Amino acid sequence: MRTEGSLPTVPAWWQAGPFALVFLLFFLAPLALVLAVSFWNFNEYELLPAFSLRNYLRIFEGCLSLNERGDFCVTVATYLSTLKFCFLTWAATLVLGFAVAYFLAFHVRSPAMQTALFVLCTIPFWTSNVIRMVSWIPLLGRNGLVNQLLLEAHLVDRPVEWLLFSNFSVVLAFVHLYTMFMIVPIFNSMMRIDRSLLEAAGDAGASAWQALWNVVVPLSRTGILIGSIFVVTIVMGDFVTVGVMGGQQIASVGKIIQVQTSYLQFPLAAANAVILLAVVLMIIWSLTRMVDLRREL
Amino acid sequence: MSQDNDSGSNGLQRRSLLKGTAAILATGIAPAIHAQDKPVLRYLGTAVNQDKEIADKFKADTGITIQYVAVTTDDVTKRAVTAPNSFDLLDTEYFSLKKIVPTGNLKGIDAKRVKNADKITSLFTRGEVAGKKVGDQGTAPKKVIFLEGEKSKAFAKAPTQWMSLIPTTYNADTLGIRPDLIKRPITTWAELLNPEFKGKASILNIPSIGIMDAAMVVESMGKYKYPDKGNMTKKEIDLTIATLIEAKKAGQFRSLWKDFNESVNLMASGEVVIQSMWSPAVTAVRTKGIACVYQPLKEGYRAWASGFGLPATLSGKKLDAAYEFINWFLDGWAGAYLNRQGYYSAVLETAKAKMEPYEWAYWMEGKPATQDIKSPHGDLLAKTGSVRDGGSYEQRMGGIACWNAVMDENDYMVQKWNEFVAA
Repeated sequence: MRTEGSLPTVPAWWQAGPFALVFLLFFLAPLALVLAVSFWNFNEYELLPAFSLRNYLRIFEGCLSLNERGDFCVTVATYLSTLKFCFLTWAATLVLGFAVAYFLAFHVRSPAMQTALFVLCTIPFWTSNVIRMVSWIPLLGRNGLVNQLLLEAHLVDRPVEWLLFSNFSVVLAFVHLYTMFMIVPIFNSMMRIDRSLLEAAGDAGASAWQALWNVVVPLSRTGILIGSIFVVTIVMGDFVTVGVMGGQQIASVGKIIQVQTSYLQFPLAAANAVILLAVVLMIIWSLTRMVDLRREL
Repeated sequence: MSQDNDSGSNGLQRRSLLKGTAAILATGIAPAIHAQDKPVLRYLGTAVNQDKEIADKFKADTGITIQYVAVTTDDVTKRAVTAPNSFDLLDTEYFSLKKIVPTGNLKGIDAKRVKNADKITSLFTRGEVAGKKVGDQGTAPKKVIFLEGEKSKAFAKAPTQWMSLIPTTYNADTLGIRPDLIKRPITTWAELLNPEFKGKASILNIPSIGIMDAAMVVESMGKYKYPDKGNMTKKEIDLTIATLIEAKKAGQFRSLWKDFNESVNLMASGEVVIQSMWSPAVTAVRTKGIACVYQPLKEGYRAWASGFGLPATLSGKKLDAAYEFINWFLDGWAGAYLNRQGYYSAVLETAKAKMEPYEWAYWMEGKPATQDIKSPHGDLLAKTGSVRDGGSYEQRMGGIACWNAVMDENDYMVQKWNEFVAA
């Protein structure tokens, strides 16, 4: 009896074992380490094991009031700026990604064509992230192609400066880099929508827009959610794109962490990483409140 | 049966193979294998200092292979502190010694094993150029070049037998400008924040160096006179960063840069017309055929120096090879190579012996070029008749106002610098 009862669970444990081990070694253990180090002290050249809230206090130092210039403290200002990029990028990639996925799923009829167009979407991913970003610079710069075009068409009489090293260029690069992460999951859920539902909507007198809004959007919400999680987590942690496209003048949480690690302030960087993780988890948690991912999948 | 046959033929093959190998060994591959006995030195440093030609020439001269590991300035320090066994030879800046030496990760270099140690320029050992003291604000090499012993975590006050770093290259940095776009003389650091160049200026985003450039600007604007720019108090840091933030909010900076190539692109594309710059970056802009001047300024230069250090755990053949490399480096060929790039070498007389007299006159004596001046790669750098920016060695090095530094309040400075970036 005893063996019969426990038999099915033993192989199950064995099967889950390898992945659990990988998970433990490469995710949980480092995370626990980061959490532990975030409470340590440090000096110019070494980490001093301790349990102090110094790092957290320092991050939020002066955040209860505005500073002498009337700005928020660095941490709040940086998070606001990062959240702003996050929201703008999310909105832009959602609209674009949804439109592209809709076109691929409902307007392209033949599976061969669908596959071909889908592969076309992935072409930008064949080059490295940094190269894709840097390629914007000769296009948008003061003496870049866009400005030359505008000048020659006499649309402006001096080069447009906000095209590069600005909020605009950062969002543009993000959208360019990450729309694909929206397209894939949305396309995936759209392909699973029963086409007869759309016919039924049409038969019931719904216009194309009504069918889109009342049938397609609700049924692709898992895809939208998964895409959103991808985009939000990537943008929240990014520092390379913001650095290159923002001319190093725009703050991001990732950049602050990077500067701190390069100055051997690991505990401070760890504390920042823990806070960032908490913020991202809160965003994802509130997103999953809107859609029950487990049930939908 | 068939298996037996197979194993028989295999055995034969194996035997003949062994014979063949023995024959080859006997006929002269042996020396090549012996040469592979020479150690490989892992050379950790920044890409700017890691020339392929230097490694190739050293290999040709001695048979020792140099394996470059290229990372950024800040990462060199980070690795020296956190992973001291990941390299055999360290090429780092003097200012980072304040972080590395207290860890005990560096071995004192025995000056007795370095042939030209006593010929190293007095700028490093005494802080003098041609008998005259130069500015020593910040981490001047003379403050950190000597250690108290081979295994020491403290700097010596007076010269000793043990050196922390053997100098390789050094230079005096200033602002780079685009004379064709500015069209008027620039003579002071204050011009960096001149509203005339709004949206066309840049400063480097490496906090410990950027803050020094900013301090030069603050001083030349007449806002404040620092007792020691290289070791500011919290109040002084606040003041310096506030000046930067004010300028940033007014839109002064087009971009900040962190990487050598970024500064080249900003300048070459005309996005920026005045900025903090490094000498080889100016050279790189010029080799594109674009006018760029490394402008000497009346307040003087911000100097830096880098050198070779040995990790504490280095021993045996690798240690000998590292000393061999250091001795080779100071012997002239590498020095001449560096001088031709616009850097300066640690032992001037050996480098002079390996340079043409007209090259020496242009690069080191500040005289007009009597022939076209070419880079080590053969690119044209200066036409006949032109003079080097900043003049002779004595004029440039004598004009040092301060050195790149790690301050006592470094933590606070980095925090405030982040505030500047976020503003």
